[in-house]
Amino acid sequence: MSDAGQPTLDTAAVRADFPIFDGPVNGRELVYLDSSGTSQKPRQVLDSMHAFYVEANANVHRGAYYLSDQASRRMEGARTKVARFIGATEAEEVIFTKNATEALNLIAASWGRANLQAGDAVVLTVIEHHANIVPWHMLAAERGIELRFIGIGEDGHLDLSNLDTLLDGAKLVSFTAMSNVLGTLTPVARIAEAAHAAGALVAIDACQYVPHLPTRLADLGVDFMAFSGHKMCGPTGVGVLWARREILEAMPPFLGGGGMIANVTLDGFTTAELPHKFEAGTPPIAEIVGLGAAVDYLDGLGMEAVRRHEVELTSYFLRTIKERHGDDVTVHGPSEPSERGGVFSFEYKDVHPHDLSQVLDEHGVNVRAGHHCAKPLMKELGVGATARASLYIYNNESDVDRLVEALDDASDLFSF
Amino acid sequence: MAGLEDLYKEIVIDHYRSPRNRGELETPPAQHAEGLNPLCGDEVHVYVQVEDEVITEVAIGGQGCSISQASASMMSAAIKGKSLAEVRELSTAVKSMMSIHEQSLEDDDSGVLPEPPEVELGDLEALKGVVKYPVRIKCATLGWNTLAEALQS
Repeated sequence: MSDAGQPTLDTAAVRADFPIFDGPVNGRELVYLDSSGTSQKPRQVLDSMHAFYVEANANVHRGAYYLSDQASRRMEGARTKVARFIGATEAEEVIFTKNATEALNLIAASWGRANLQAGDAVVLTVIEHHANIVPWHMLAAERGIELRFIGIGEDGHLDLSNLDTLLDGAKLVSFTAMSNVLGTLTPVARIAEAAHAAGALVAIDACQYVPHLPTRLADLGVDFMAFSGHKMCGPTGVGVLWARREILEAMPPFLGGGGMIANVTLDGFTTAELPHKFEAGTPPIAEIVGLGAAVDYLDGLGMEAVRRHEVELTSYFLRTIKERHGDDVTVHGPSEPSERGGVFSFEYKDVHPHDLSQVLDEHGVNVRAGHHCAKPLMKELGVGATARASLYIYNNESDVDRLVEALDDASDLFSF
Repeated sequence: MAGLEDLYKEIVIDHYRSPRNRGELETPPAQHAEGLNPLCGDEVHVYVQVEDEVITEVAIGGQGCSISQASASMMSAAIKGKSLAEVRELSTAVKSMMSIHEQSLEDDDSGVLPEPPEVELGDLEALKGVVKYPVRIKCATLGWNTLAEALQS
């Protein structure tokens, strides 16, 4: 380990914070390896949401009364925490959405409709989650924009050999910072620099990035960033769109309704200041409070330590599964742990991923099976589906061992 | 494999390993449909040739998990040579075995589900265990739903 000697995580202490690990699940000790799907929630997050409802529940930004003020303070406090966590310069640049999918749709529907005409190009990659493909297909059908795709090259990395050609005339490059299938960390800063040089803006889907790596917007150099709360120890129902102030100010509103207006008459309306302009209707207040608590929790662990833990466990995973199963197992994505996150799509002998996950479930090992909302990537890989194991702060070497051992059972049942 | 014997019965695994009636038929005269389980990517292609209200030929293609592929194979063996009326009864019986009770809003409102038809299920009985694994019911019924589409085409 290059970081030997630096503090990593005390996973036993971390696990003690997560009530789901307190007892057996379905009669078995839980080996949870689907944090890329959603993370488990620490007591601190659950307590914060409970405390909000019992101590401060009221609608926000509406009442002059004490309770509404308390609710608003807790919600806006969470916004400030999230802004600091990602290195934003202003809390008002943090827009709460219902999830990352909505954040990406907001970019396409608001910025896209205002700025893209027939013939304009948007550059995506073939490794995107459907949430960063379908909104652009929808806009392409409506506006006749051209979609271009960065391909996949060696060892699960993007093929940037024709990047300049793809960027020629492009207005936006929107891509994942870390693949939810391959674990690949993409060269965000490099692509952003090239895109800006070509006159395009840059959006990243950071759903798998923000929960797992220290995030400094200044280093990434992007214009938009979308991520979800529930993959970073927060609750479901809240996601984040961050974008630079001048871009957000120039964008038309997304959803219309209460909260997002400065004035409404029978003839029209004017929009509220940021961030409210993009937050129509009553927001998911308790969930936002919970996300704030999740950020506090991760800050307490230290994101540098989180990343070190995951790189170490990734090394252990790749080494252990190969030692035990050799060529019977294929793990997709980069082979170098420092170039990837702890998301492993793998194939085992000829066992179909569904059958594999069913057998593993008998051992209490939770892995996902399917296309992981990345059907174009499945096609690139030449598979219909994969099994996927993903790691987070509460996973340890024993979890990896349990997965690796349980694979033998699938072999007994399904090998031809 | 403790616990999974009900799902992965020997006959199910046998149909998965050695699928029956694998292939394609010429269309026309055969009718054809492709079923897709969007959640997991299982695919089943069903070709049927119908003469005088009887399924005279059947072929199955596609790819996917053991349950989807074995169920389609078992279905192909069960419907070959059967009349369309018999096949409809079989389909209803298989789905009811998996707790799918098809009832339309026009049916009587007694709240009591109609009794499933009494048919000999034969090997298809082996799929009974799927009901304990709700996410796999879609895999097991994919072949039957695709057959219905093929017959309508």
